[in-house]
Amino acid sequence: MKKKEETRWSMSKLLIRIILVINTIVVIFPLIWTILTSFKTSTEFYENPWKLPGSLNLINYINAIEKANMGDYFFNSIFVTVLGLLICITMSIGSAYVLTRYEFKFRSLFKQIYLIGLFLPPILGIVPLFMILQQMNLYDTRIGLSMVYAFTAFPYTIFILSGFFGSIPKEFEEAAIVDGCSYYGILWRIMVPMAKPAIITITIFNFMGFWNEYGYSLTYIASESKRTLPIGLINLMEVQRYSTDWGALFAGLVIVMLPTIIVYALLQKRITSGLTIGGLKG
Amino acid sequence: MKSKKRSLFISLCVLPTFICYMIFGFYPCVRSIIMAFYRWSGISGQAEFIGFNNFVTLINDAKVWGALGNNLFLLAVVPLMTMTLALLFAFSITKMKFKEKGFYRVVFFFPNVLSLVVISILFMFIYHPSLGILNSFLEFVGLENLTRVWLGDANTVLWSLAITMVWQAVGYYMVLYMASMEGVPTYLYEAAIIDGASQWQQFRNITFPLIWEVVRVTIIFNILGVFNGSFAYVNIMTKGGPDDASNILSVYMYKQAFANGNFGYAMCVGILVLVISLLLAYIANRLTKKEVVQY
Repeated sequence: MKKKEETRWSMSKLLIRIILVINTIVVIFPLIWTILTSFKTSTEFYENPWKLPGSLNLINYINAIEKANMGDYFFNSIFVTVLGLLICITMSIGSAYVLTRYEFKFRSLFKQIYLIGLFLPPILGIVPLFMILQQMNLYDTRIGLSMVYAFTAFPYTIFILSGFFGSIPKEFEEAAIVDGCSYYGILWRIMVPMAKPAIITITIFNFMGFWNEYGYSLTYIASESKRTLPIGLINLMEVQRYSTDWGALFAGLVIVMLPTIIVYALLQKRITSGLTIGGLKG
Repeated sequence: MKSKKRSLFISLCVLPTFICYMIFGFYPCVRSIIMAFYRWSGISGQAEFIGFNNFVTLINDAKVWGALGNNLFLLAVVPLMTMTLALLFAFSITKMKFKEKGFYRVVFFFPNVLSLVVISILFMFIYHPSLGILNSFLEFVGLENLTRVWLGDANTVLWSLAITMVWQAVGYYMVLYMASMEGVPTYLYEAAIIDGASQWQQFRNITFPLIWEVVRVTIIFNILGVFNGSFAYVNIMTKGGPDDASNILSVYMYKQAFANGNFGYAMCVGILVLVISLLLAYIANRLTKKEVVQY
């Protein structure tokens, strides 16, 4: 009797394992296929899609970087992402801290607007923001785009950071006040170091968000030289469609994926555990 | 004196951030609602107040209702598939205590960090009729008659988009569910096993109710995520085609604004987008409201 149950158990274990392995393949295979295809010559590309590339030639990468300006787009993406992160994080920290810890007039109004902001569809404001950027002479500038990234990320960033500040015991601040620490001192020398895990988590999430962003950079950047990587990739796709040389596009895909793969490989523990810190406990 | 310093500190921390958010985030959304009452074409043109005329056009615009239908299809199919798979994977991985548990967590989550642009282009090639791996896989296993132009066929285009979205999102929810399932005390399972409960019964009567609060929130997250994220997928992969078979409201709105120059009308479609997303958040919240089981 016992034995029978054990075999049933290990049978279902095997079955589940097979399902999980199939899903692993479904997830990984397209990525391996992309990398392999990025080394194929155009004749090889039109052969059987399962065939391996004849050699690891880098011609597609050279084409993507030189002819299709992926190098410039890469620089633009770094610029916009880093500037956006700096603005977003520095401006959010103080706000999140004060909104969780201090009583003041309009506090609940501010909190409510950020909360509504979490639920507003980003696409809704895309046209008016287009006009605002033009009036401010920020349309078609990289600085303008990083400002859009930074400012529209405030509700989410403040939401996550507030949750963390709220979990820090008040005794730390009380002790600091007794020691004569200023408000600024409490924030920068006590609260920020304590909130470091949350700050790192939200920085990683915003990095992924800004680096991969599509709608805003599609709409607010007009000059080819200022495009970010994802939009450059779309452009590369349009170009390759007519020349029917897809190799460079696949090299471009790898170039866009690479930084996220590296960040993910280095920080995957933080990313997956960060989900539970911020995401749902707030 | 002290209170002056205090309010200066508060203002410095809160006001610049809030003003920037109002200008770039909140005000544009409000402005878009106002713009829906104007006829306004292009950047140089004059905006003309036309009251509810745009709304009348909207009601009579068959493309809007077609797009709405497609939105609803994606909203019904994608979260259901995503949640079911994520729960199944999370439960079996946590219950079976596989050695390679960490591996699944890392791998399944990975699509979530990829750009939607990368995923869209990648899947355009996976679905490609002659160069894609899907059709050639079907041929390889002897299912030639299933091969088709996945994104060019009105019958399959929405499903193809939906599968892409599920592919991207499952790992995210799986990781969240795994984290909350690990918090379920093991003695509950031990007691259930003594009572002879099957795996399915354990899932239904112990795991699911105990992590219900997380599932509830993630359903709302996922619904809003599908609603907001579908713009990128559709705009890149199909542009709403073939023949509007995959048109959705946000893509239609974007087209009306930036391709046709009907900014006022685009904003009117935008209001529909807003109403639906608020309605969805509300409905999801209400439908899933239930006593939280404490443990």
